[in-house]
Amino acid sequence: MSDDTLFAEVLDPGNRADPYPIYARFRRNPVTRQRDGAYVVSTHAAIRSLIFDPRLSSQDLPPSRRPRTGNPLRDWILNPIKNRVANGHRPLIFRDPPDHDTLRGFVMKEFTIHRVNGLHQRVVSHVDKLIEACRGRDKVCLVEDLSYPLPVAIICELLGVPEKDEPQFHDWATRLATALEPDARRDEDTRRVTVTTFDAIAAYMRGLIREKRRHPADDMLSGLARRGTPDQPAMGDVDLISTAVLLLVAGHETTVNLITNGMLTLLRHPDELARLKADPERAPQLIEELLRFEPPVHFRTRKALGEIEIAGTTIPKGAPVILLFAAGNRDPERFTDPDRFDPDRDDVQHFGFGGGLHYCVGAPLARIEAEIALVRLCQRLRQPSLLADPPPYRPGASLRGPQNLGIRIAGIV
Amino acid sequence: MSEKPGIVIVGASLAGLRGAEALRRGGYDGPLTIVGDEPYGPYDRPPLSKHVLAGELRPEATTLPQLYPLRARWRLGHPAIGLDRPGKSIRLADGSVIPFAKLLIATGARARPWPGEGAGLGGIFTIRGRDDATALRQALTAPPKRVLVIGAGLIGCEAASCCRDLGLPVTMVDPNPTPLARVVGTLVGETLAGCMRRAGVDYRPGAKVLSLAGEGGRVRRAHLQDGGAIETDLVIIALGAVRDTAWLAEGGLMADSGGLTCDGTCRALGRDGEPDPDIYAAGDVARWPNPLYGWKPMTVEHWGNAVEQAAHAAGNMLRPEDPQIYTHLPAFWSSQFGINIKAVGLTDGADSVAIVQGSRAGLRFLAVYGRAGRSIAAVSFDQARWLPAYADRILAGAAFPPILDAIDQSRIETMAPGFPGPRPGPAAKLQPRESAHV
Repeated sequence: MSDDTLFAEVLDPGNRADPYPIYARFRRNPVTRQRDGAYVVSTHAAIRSLIFDPRLSSQDLPPSRRPRTGNPLRDWILNPIKNRVANGHRPLIFRDPPDHDTLRGFVMKEFTIHRVNGLHQRVVSHVDKLIEACRGRDKVCLVEDLSYPLPVAIICELLGVPEKDEPQFHDWATRLATALEPDARRDEDTRRVTVTTFDAIAAYMRGLIREKRRHPADDMLSGLARRGTPDQPAMGDVDLISTAVLLLVAGHETTVNLITNGMLTLLRHPDELARLKADPERAPQLIEELLRFEPPVHFRTRKALGEIEIAGTTIPKGAPVILLFAAGNRDPERFTDPDRFDPDRDDVQHFGFGGGLHYCVGAPLARIEAEIALVRLCQRLRQPSLLADPPPYRPGASLRGPQNLGIRIAGIV
Repeated sequence: MSEKPGIVIVGASLAGLRGAEALRRGGYDGPLTIVGDEPYGPYDRPPLSKHVLAGELRPEATTLPQLYPLRARWRLGHPAIGLDRPGKSIRLADGSVIPFAKLLIATGARARPWPGEGAGLGGIFTIRGRDDATALRQALTAPPKRVLVIGAGLIGCEAASCCRDLGLPVTMVDPNPTPLARVVGTLVGETLAGCMRRAGVDYRPGAKVLSLAGEGGRVRRAHLQDGGAIETDLVIIALGAVRDTAWLAEGGLMADSGGLTCDGTCRALGRDGEPDPDIYAAGDVARWPNPLYGWKPMTVEHWGNAVEQAAHAAGNMLRPEDPQIYTHLPAFWSSQFGINIKAVGLTDGADSVAIVQGSRAGLRFLAVYGRAGRSIAAVSFDQARWLPAYADRILAGAAFPPILDAIDQSRIETMAPGFPGPRPGPAAKLQPRESAHV
């Protein structure tokens, strides 16, 4: 297959278990044009330079299913999602400064390290409860038993969603997760599910926001829903809903992947598993290496607002630009022996949380969840081993992770 | 003294330390002596006018980490007072003589003292060293009735900002129309003036302090050129710095208060204009022809230059057979009035400026400076993330303005940057012939 159709191989579910050889082929050129006009950026240096390039925009609307007619009403009827998104329901990951910065500012003000650290004990007890539920079994299905339920529970906790509504959130999170995949926009059924789910969450959120305004609590949604004053503006209701949905979607599946990929990697490197079990203090550096080695998000797409000359290639104005973060993470020009999982490496500046102005706002929370989950799993699962290697993967190429991870165990400690 | 003379570094601050590390990292295994006039090991200066004044950081906590084992002999608290070029040695204040095989001069600069009447009064401070910051911090907690800051450059503005954060009444006097006028021009400076006023600083642009008057040996009042007076019991002198070259007066090198002149490879020049093969300079004190600016001799008194130039000079000291030219794109940062200001390039001689991203009204923007149609510098207010992209364009000598079709970009309007004219009167004499970048 020639290089100008190589990205199709990345999207091919058949390559999900090991996309890294394809990434290595991409890296022969820092920037590779695809036949459809997209430009794939794959080296660490080129990605690094582009995430700080002001000509790269995230304000990318989903492509129209049908060409524009010029009649706004007709367009709206023909392209409901596009217009729904365009009409303000656009979360901050799909926005540029200055709007992006304003919205992100509101979120960062509430996503404090104090609040995140306050969740520490809750994460520990959730993890222990989930592991405890596996007692008596000789097999753990990691995704459904732990990786999946944990992040939703924690996000609900963070936002201040009442416990009784949590199952509903699990359901929504599942249905929305697929919406972030690039091919999701083309599939009619997925689009319909996305729209109805979004409407359901939006309706629920409107109610919850009203509730939080009446009875503010010490949670993120209460903070975000605060009424603005001329001195201290606050988020509008539409942005508030899209932000809450974003936190749910972006914070969910990514964390599922981080935990599952983490356990998969540890089971493939039993020495590291044993070392982590003996010395939980190793967790932070291990997580960083994990974010480099098996990042939860493999790529994101941006758009070139102007012509960009980079590494000998000219990206034309208007071209989609695919930042292949997971390829940059394995760039031998940047990392010694990049395909080796080595938590002891002293240089691990990865793109595991993206980079630039859209750097993951939830990074500190993801780190805590992954740390606690992996340490507790290592400590409490007796003689864990993989039931299948490679495990089955979900179809997503960007938010890449196992569909399930069967682990044989000799019991729970 | 049976030991063979090795490398001696004069100056135990950032440049001295990073130079020493680069020598060791580069494989230098011989004797290494580091001489410093202060009793402290290398410490970081940027926090002194920010976190230390604010009381967020103890002065001792500014100690710089050593990034590489140095195995150095430290002569701290012993200022160098003379250089004997033919004898290849330096003399310290305590009378001791240290021979050298090679010498790296990194003595930096010292704060320009109050040049007018009243200089000896109590309650007058400069901010350069750790002791300055300690004393000033202590005096600020007294607290003073009113702080007077003389000079609206980077240090003066940072100090004023800290004092307002501490709730102290502050008056700032400066001859230019806006703060940072010489660094960023009055167009951008005006935005900062707005922040300053909103923060409650009694800012007096276009004013000049003629003399300081005291009672009982302590400062009480400042007399202005326009006949007015300001009641004050604490004065911060922020009039820039003079290069620390006095000890080289008889050393036979080309040195004056504007710096020690070097060739492009950081070798110090003798009075005859010939480079000394064994004497190098780096950091604030070094005046070298920067190829990026048409080989114009310049000193760059910023943190990044101290780090880079010291490492560069060290490399040339170790490989004199293959000397490398030092090229540097100056850069600085400052935090004041809640804004992070960051800049790359030199605004010298800029004839135009454009806001290329964000807006001045929103206090978040990126300004690019042009000269004769080329982009030469960029200044950001809370938009530092984009600076590397602009630095690349500036290095490439891109047309002005450099990056079109950027996000958060309104219609680009080219304006006059508004740099004040040359300093008038006797002060002009203090300025070196070449440009100094503070």
